[in-house]
Amino acid sequence: MMNQGAHYDILKQMDKRLWLLIFVFAIFCFIQPGSSAIKPYEDENWTIAENIIDARINEILNKYNAKMRNPCSDYVFIRRVYLDAAGRLPTLQEIDDFIKDKKPNKRKTLIDNLLEKDDFALYWSMKWCDILRVKSEYPINLWPNAVQAYHRWIYEKIRENMPYDRFARQLLTSSGSNFRVPPVNFYRAIQGRSPQSIAKAVCQTFMGIDFEKLPQDQRENLALFFSRVAYKKTMEWKEEIVYLNPEPAKKIRTAFIDGKSVEIFPEEDPRIVFANWLISPENKWFNRNIVNRIWAWIMGQGIIEPVDDAYGRDTPGKDLLVLLEDELIKSGYDLKHLIRIILNSRTYQQSSIPTRDTKNSEIQFAFYKVRQMEAEVLLDALCYIGGKGEEYVSQIPEPYTYIPRENRNIGLADGSITSSFLITFGRPSRDTGLVTERSSKPTDKQRLYMLNSSDIQRRISSSSELRKAISQLWRGKKESINTIYKILLSRPATDEEISVMEEYFSTSGVQPYQVAGDIAWALINSKEFIFKH
Amino acid sequence: MKSRIVFVSIFCAAAMTLAAGDSLQKTKAKSVIQIWMWGGPSQNDTFDPKPAAGYDYCGQLDKAIPTNVPGIEINGSLPMLAKIADKYSIIRSMTHGINGHESAAYYMQTGHKPGTGLVYPSLGAIVCAFKGKTYAGKIPPYIVLTQSQGRFSEEGFLGPLYKPFVTGGDPGRPVFAVEGIVAEGITQQQQQRRRELLGNLDNLGRLMPDYPDFVLFDQAQNEAYEMILGETRKVFDLSEEPDEVRNRYGRNWFGQTCLVARRLVEKGVPYITINYPGWDTHKQHFQTMQRKLSEFDQGLSALIEDLEKRNLLETTIIWCSGEFGRTPKIQWEPPWNGGRNHWGHCFSVLVAGGGFKGGFVVGASDDKGEYVAQRPVYPEDLLRSILKLIGIDPDENLPNDRGIDVKVLPYPEGYSGQGELIEIMGLK
Repeated sequence: MMNQGAHYDILKQMDKRLWLLIFVFAIFCFIQPGSSAIKPYEDENWTIAENIIDARINEILNKYNAKMRNPCSDYVFIRRVYLDAAGRLPTLQEIDDFIKDKKPNKRKTLIDNLLEKDDFALYWSMKWCDILRVKSEYPINLWPNAVQAYHRWIYEKIRENMPYDRFARQLLTSSGSNFRVPPVNFYRAIQGRSPQSIAKAVCQTFMGIDFEKLPQDQRENLALFFSRVAYKKTMEWKEEIVYLNPEPAKKIRTAFIDGKSVEIFPEEDPRIVFANWLISPENKWFNRNIVNRIWAWIMGQGIIEPVDDAYGRDTPGKDLLVLLEDELIKSGYDLKHLIRIILNSRTYQQSSIPTRDTKNSEIQFAFYKVRQMEAEVLLDALCYIGGKGEEYVSQIPEPYTYIPRENRNIGLADGSITSSFLITFGRPSRDTGLVTERSSKPTDKQRLYMLNSSDIQRRISSSSELRKAISQLWRGKKESINTIYKILLSRPATDEEISVMEEYFSTSGVQPYQVAGDIAWALINSKEFIFKH
Repeated sequence: MKSRIVFVSIFCAAAMTLAAGDSLQKTKAKSVIQIWMWGGPSQNDTFDPKPAAGYDYCGQLDKAIPTNVPGIEINGSLPMLAKIADKYSIIRSMTHGINGHESAAYYMQTGHKPGTGLVYPSLGAIVCAFKGKTYAGKIPPYIVLTQSQGRFSEEGFLGPLYKPFVTGGDPGRPVFAVEGIVAEGITQQQQQRRRELLGNLDNLGRLMPDYPDFVLFDQAQNEAYEMILGETRKVFDLSEEPDEVRNRYGRNWFGQTCLVARRLVEKGVPYITINYPGWDTHKQHFQTMQRKLSEFDQGLSALIEDLEKRNLLETTIIWCSGEFGRTPKIQWEPPWNGGRNHWGHCFSVLVAGGGFKGGFVVGASDDKGEYVAQRPVYPEDLLRSILKLIGIDPDENLPNDRGIDVKVLPYPEGYSGQGELIEIMGLK
């Protein structure tokens, strides 16, 4: 029985060692913040360096006794960055390529590639069309031809990355037919044509100023810059010419909102005088407005909120704003540069799962905000899954509009195109240009649609991608399930999820292909699918 | 018996002041059915026939027929409605002068002239904002059958909470596939099974259970399931109706949609819009009208009769209108070849139930139906009347999230009309 006794001793010894090991490990866990990563959404360690944004953010977080979260995993990153830069889900191939890539700078490379894609220009022109109110019908009444021309112009300028100061200047100073000189539509796509209405739109769009809150003398002064904007009709249906009214040819005495007064002579175009002031680097609110907008578009929340009424408001993120403004000016108003440094920051690439120390609402701008996909992006995602684009035959606007299936929903030029899906999921009406018009809040109507519409059902059953995955079920459930997961959630399933599925396969009592349909349905209806995270 | 026809009277203004105030408590209306004939139906070919104006104004629809109310005649195209004229009233002097679809549609449904810089909510959204609070049903309070309007956002500045629920589908087909509520080919059992699976797979949701948008999401999801598995699904199931009822309404989109509207009213839904397209008849006007008017005649008369039979007519307002009427003078020339164009100067609206008296005509058009001859009725007059009948004071504040300081539907500055439709409102 010696043997047994010795064996026992060894066990006892092992036990001690094991306990020690566990103890050390526990301490290690306690002091090492990176090791509590939540799988499959987070990584333990950063693979990218801090950039200038992170330095500022860390200063802010320190003040609030908060910390940056864990890095998001590669799977989360690829989904997030595709949705934010290209407005779509990554394909199976794109996911696999990215995961297989072992180069340390692969995230940066992916960002660079995405910013050069047409998808980027299409998706970001959608954002611009929201705030520039591109729609044909009431109350903007831009009408179809001008909508197309204007949308095309915006898209092209974003694609060629026109410096933002020039972009703004062209919108404010162009004259001519709204079919042939698209940027003049800035003056058309406004509710009302009084100088006050124009000044209001200009303030909101380019400076984040709520015009109504300005003192009356400032409102009147601003309106004077647009007092000579005039419109005339042509022989062509709904064409209009925006021009500078030669009368009254009197000298205009007015002032900018910073108090600087100015005299404008009859031979000068007051719009140009205004635009030159607007885009001068010293005009803090021109710069602040655009960096705040871009930050909000990417991170889900402005550094100053509300974005449309940011003027004059203070924020704990002031230093960050100044940094971004400087970057903007230094880069020659290169918006892509701004987007690129945000996307390459740890601030953007951290996990979106909140921890206890980051509840303070004042610094929520420092984290990636979990929010529902935009209506158009969601519809594109559903089209991608179903393997078929959306076809529009819209009686509004007239003449009846037909848009072929090949078109992406994010590329719809006209905010008036009839679509109950887009309306249900919060597409903005583009009536006011306020970013708050777009709603990302979940509603019961949305849930009904996702849970139980024949449309969702059809997309799942007609999806060739899903069918391929399902047809491989006989080879092994795990692989097939992983493919379904990657198509829908851009990541493979966890072990725990696999076992839930296997359980479901064996207990639901229906055919495997039907089970797979149920799984796809369940994933489409999970929060992880519809929420950017 | 012209005496039954109430023309504008000088007592109107006096009556207006009398009807305001305490009378609001005595209102009976609980639901509104808006039959929105978008595109704009011709007044001459429906409720304001002008046989004496000759062929250039009447075309093939040149007969006026007597109704069961002595003195009131409507177009011969509407024989079934002619038999029940005592149950509804006709406004023959509706006017706003706008000939563009979008502006006219906006004005007719919000009561506001376009171009104020604000996008006002539609009547449906307003009713919903006030009545939704006391309405406890699981069916959404503001329903559009079956396609959304698209011309403007019905909820206006009241925000997404007041967007109508748009059913989609076609009740004229064997299964009325209401988007989200009735999915073809999915059994209740499968539905339950999937719901359970979904609960087990919500990985991200479990990691952040207190996240505000996730909480909202879960609430919305539960509400949705109550609709899918509860009474909402049943209300859209027309197979519960006997064939004779379905046939009486007409076995077509409009008829069956009217039947759905009645079923929704029975459940207490406050506002239902039947979005009835196809009235923009620039070309092939008479062919289209002959086909559509017989459906319209059958469906609407069935709805009014059926509501009355069930004692629901006195609590249900029906208003039936396009955004405008059509040119009384027919355009015989190419390319129209016998069409009618947009006409906002004078057109007809039908109102019934919920406190509107039946068997009256308000106002009159001239001898061709072109302009208002007596008692102009503006959109704000009509909408204010409906609001009052359902117990909402148009001059009270309209609460909204955007903090805009507005009244529900006040008379605009410089208003010079003759006010609400006191002559046909049974408020006292």
